[in-house]
Amino acid sequence: MRKIWIICRRELGGYFATPIAYVCMAVFVIASGVTTFQFGNFFGYGQATLAPFFNYQPWLYAVFLPALAMRLWAEERRTGSIELLLTLPITPMQAILGKYIAAFMLAIFSLILTSPLWVMVNLLGAPDNGVILAGYFASILLSAAYLAIGACISACTKNQVICFVLTVLCCFALNLLSLTPRLDFLSNLETVSRGLIELRTVVYFFSLIAFALFANTVILELKRAD
Amino acid sequence: MSASLRVMNLTKKFSGLAVVDNISFSAAEGEVVGLLGPNGAGKSTTMKMITGFLRPDAGTAYVAGFDIQEQPVAAKSIMGYLPEGMPLYPDMTVGSFLKFIADVRGVDLDLYDVFNLRAVVNKRIEDLSKGYKKRVGLAQALLHDPDVLILDEPTDGLDPIQKRDVRALIKQVSQKKVVLLSTHLLEEVAEICDRVIVIAAGKVMLDGLPRVTSIEQVFAEIETEGMDA
Repeated sequence: MRKIWIICRRELGGYFATPIAYVCMAVFVIASGVTTFQFGNFFGYGQATLAPFFNYQPWLYAVFLPALAMRLWAEERRTGSIELLLTLPITPMQAILGKYIAAFMLAIFSLILTSPLWVMVNLLGAPDNGVILAGYFASILLSAAYLAIGACISACTKNQVICFVLTVLCCFALNLLSLTPRLDFLSNLETVSRGLIELRTVVYFFSLIAFALFANTVILELKRAD
Repeated sequence: MSASLRVMNLTKKFSGLAVVDNISFSAAEGEVVGLLGPNGAGKSTTMKMITGFLRPDAGTAYVAGFDIQEQPVAAKSIMGYLPEGMPLYPDMTVGSFLKFIADVRGVDLDLYDVFNLRAVVNKRIEDLSKGYKKRVGLAQALLHDPDVLILDEPTDGLDPIQKRDVRALIKQVSQKKVVLLSTHLLEEVAEICDRVIVIAAGKVMLDGLPRVTSIEQVFAEIETEGMDA
């Protein structure tokens, strides 16, 4: 656990060493506001709820999270520092988890930056805060899954732009697939955001995360020489 | 456990072509072994397998008795490695980078003065000169006082004074270690190595004392064979 945290700390430092983290978070917060008020018609909704905010999260995440995940391994490959990292006395899984947790913490921090919306909706009316909390939980599940997919794709290439585009496509594909009844995980999330946390939804997302992180270790192993 | 390195039948193929072909050798405490060979001979690939970065297609390496395939974390914890081209984290400062490596290795950081890095502790690695980058690379490889030191072209790109300093440092730290270094420079081998292993086309061509004449003879043979092929 100690080594995972050390890797995580380094990765967080890497995010904030360049403007990328600040830009991503600022764009995410602004885009969240625009989708909530403009497309979600927050004031016309007629209820004290954050549903207009949560409804657009999967689409925002499909762009925002790939931007966070793209550097995780692609940058290590580009600079060659992957050789240094993987010859330190750590397991590949410790490296993968450390990096993944750093990106996840950044995603959660970005989500926290949207909390003024929660404050505002409480000032304007009397929302069911349990439902809002469940909405945030669903949002965290979704971000964890998309980041795991992004990290996995990042391990495939040295090029961050290629990684970003592929991850965006993958996340959009998952969002679109959810329009089919059998793979409707977004409606599972909607159920969560209505306050009903179903075991199958949690299992679905944890399976997706575990599979993507496992695939990440396999890709890392197979593509070390590249 | 005393410092030792045993490489057994290491083989690595890329696209079906053997880049390292059944290489075996061993080295004992206090030995500085030079790995010499033309470009593409398989020196770096051999080192990458010894350090556990690449998985060999066959064979393995034992670092102080630890199998790098079976006990990679134990083997890596007593090994220091300077990869070719010093792939450090350019966005980190020297201080935070060395602290990161020290934290991962679970040791205290006290090497700034040894490598003359005190003046650049707060500088970002990407802003350093090549000489300073090399010093940072060597510092990260040595900060845990490893039993086995693997250095891929440690003096490449340095000016003559820096080269002299790095060679003196390698000599100084090699007393109780195994040092395996790769180089293109015959005079470097003659100056600091106790033994030389010449490899070409992934095979060991010479394993013996670092006599310039015999090495030159082997290189001439390699060149002739290359032209015949």
